[in-house]
Amino acid sequence: MKQFLVFVRKEFYHVFRDKRTLLILFGLPIMQILLFGFALTSEIKNAKIVVVDYSKDASTQKIITKIAASSYFTIEHNILSYDDMDKAFKQGKIKCAIVFPSSFNEDLKHTNKASIQIIADASDPNTARTLTNYLISIISNYQAEINANVQVPYQIQPELRMLYNPELNGSMNFIPGVIALVLMIICTTLTSVSIVKEKELGTMEILLVSPFKPLYVILSKVIPFLALSFIDLIVILLLSNYVLGVPIRGNIFLLLMESTLFIITCLSLGLLISTVTNSQQTAMLISMMGMMLPTILFTGFLFPLENMPLPLQIISNVVPSRWYYYVVKAVMLKGLGLQAVWKQTLILLGMCFFLLTVSFRNFKIRLA
Amino acid sequence: MEEKAIICKDLTKQFGDFVAVNKISFEVDSGEIFGFLGANGAGKTTAMRMLCGLSFPSSGEATVAGFNVFNQQEKIKRNIGYMSQKFSLYENLSILENIEFFGGIYGLSDRQLKEKGEELVNTLRLQKEAKKMVGELPLGWKQKLAFSVAIIHKPKIVFLDEPTGGVDPITRRQFWDLIYKAADDGITVFVTTHYMDEAEYCNRISIMVDGRIDALDTPTNLKKQFSAETMNDVFYELARGAKRSDN
Ligand SMILES: Nc1ncnc2c1ncn2[C@@H]1O[C@H](COP(=O)(O)OP(=O)(O)OP(=O)(O)O)[C@@H](O)[C@H]1O
Ligand SMILES: [Mg+2]
Repeated sequence: MKQFLVFVRKEFYHVFRDKRTLLILFGLPIMQILLFGFALTSEIKNAKIVVVDYSKDASTQKIITKIAASSYFTIEHNILSYDDMDKAFKQGKIKCAIVFPSSFNEDLKHTNKASIQIIADASDPNTARTLTNYLISIISNYQAEINANVQVPYQIQPELRMLYNPELNGSMNFIPGVIALVLMIICTTLTSVSIVKEKELGTMEILLVSPFKPLYVILSKVIPFLALSFIDLIVILLLSNYVLGVPIRGNIFLLLMESTLFIITCLSLGLLISTVTNSQQTAMLISMMGMMLPTILFTGFLFPLENMPLPLQIISNVVPSRWYYYVVKAVMLKGLGLQAVWKQTLILLGMCFFLLTVSFRNFKIRLA
Repeated sequence: MEEKAIICKDLTKQFGDFVAVNKISFEVDSGEIFGFLGANGAGKTTAMRMLCGLSFPSSGEATVAGFNVFNQQEKIKRNIGYMSQKFSLYENLSILENIEFFGGIYGLSDRQLKEKGEELVNTLRLQKEAKKMVGELPLGWKQKLAFSVAIIHKPKIVFLDEPTGGVDPITRRQFWDLIYKAADDGITVFVTTHYMDEAEYCNRISIMVDGRIDALDTPTNLKKQFSAETMNDVFYELARGAKRSDN
């Protein structure tokens, strides 16, 4: 046991003394999340919004003033026809429109109910969501004000229309994608390189000549990266929650368990790579080309899988991160439980078991 | 202590059709310094790796420290030290950290490690450098350190594969002082080298040519046998017939 700890400590020395490793380990995830986050926030300031006011009365005016007061929006007052509005959206001139129907005031007075239409350009789903949420809160704010001293409460019903991307697929999905990618890189690339490095330098021979069991060599190589990728996972989750405001809707414990499964799968992949090559460069190349590229291509977070040609869709089935990505999206973003992802979990479990068996078999006790 | 540290009979290693080590037989006595000579590619490293358990022999028999290389691997490992042809310490660990690591995986206690660390640093006169990364040391010092680490657990036999390659003559001399000290402590030394002056320091030497052992005796007897003035001439006489060497 003590031998084991000595070994693990040595691995941590290696990690913390190698700038390249540190950069990949901590720079990469933080940079990816932050880049994404900043791209997001800078876009939302002063988004152009068109107010189409067919009603033109005191209450619509009050709502418009409230909107104008917010720093999010720059108001364009022109009344546009739906056609013109469509054009303006397509050209990207406006991000959002709010339409008061001509009967707005009448409806509100006589039936205590009125509706407002909010239209947003959802090709950038995060911006669309933020903008519409903001408008809705302004409206409900106004509703609360007018309801302060009345017996029959007024109801203003916002109707949302998300243009181009009604499902709001896209930027939020970036986060599960980044998680999958980062875990993949750390566990696969760093693990394989760190093992192959010992082969290349000749220290692996010394380890194998020692009474320290080869199985323990593998384990003590793998455990530091298991721990470090867990830290990375937590960092990403914290950043995306507190900096990007992406909530974790599902069970965090389930999320961590699924992540552990994926991490172990990636680690065994890294091990497997280290058994087929003796040079760090090859190991790096295989994990980058063979693992990272498929992760980016076939996970679905940059290029929707449904739009891919069938052969590529079939290939995507053997990429572990594809399944993990699905699970994280379901658990983290949609708040679903195990019953929604058990199939994917089983697939991952199968892959993990397979890779682990193959790589343990291949790890040579005698080098030749 | 057994009589023989290493017994080797018709030990062979084949890579495909190529016979890297061809039926070598020899015995090494306990406490002996045994030189293992041969031109580049003669098969020295391959033979040594079989004895250390890094490589499976294709045929033949061998025992190391009384244990069979085929099936008593774990027991052999506890009784040998090995310094490979490549430099074999971690460059981005300090001297003390390397000592702690290699001592640690051989199961030395914390107290032993501390004592060993101090002792080593003192005998190698590395007090000032103890906390320096090994990568920053000159090659000669690295090699001396690697040797000291290879015998940190007091093995019965230590295998040294070209331990002094590329090292200056003075440091090589100091290195051999360390080897003698280890031999005095009862450690059997099995060493390969390309330096003929070092061959003279050995109790007995074998000379490998194209995977075979073509000569085996004390340096004095070998010189007599080949009626040569120096070990250099002996080596040249034998290696001339080699087909594998680069020239
Ligand atoms: N894994 C291997 N597969 C195929 N051939 C090998 C392998 N390892 C060694 N050889 C070949 O076996 C021969 C002996 O190699 P070895 O490394 O044992 O020589 P050596 O005597 O140690 O030489 P040097 O003095 O250069 O270290 C060489 O021709 C080498 O190319
Ligand atoms: Mg060699």
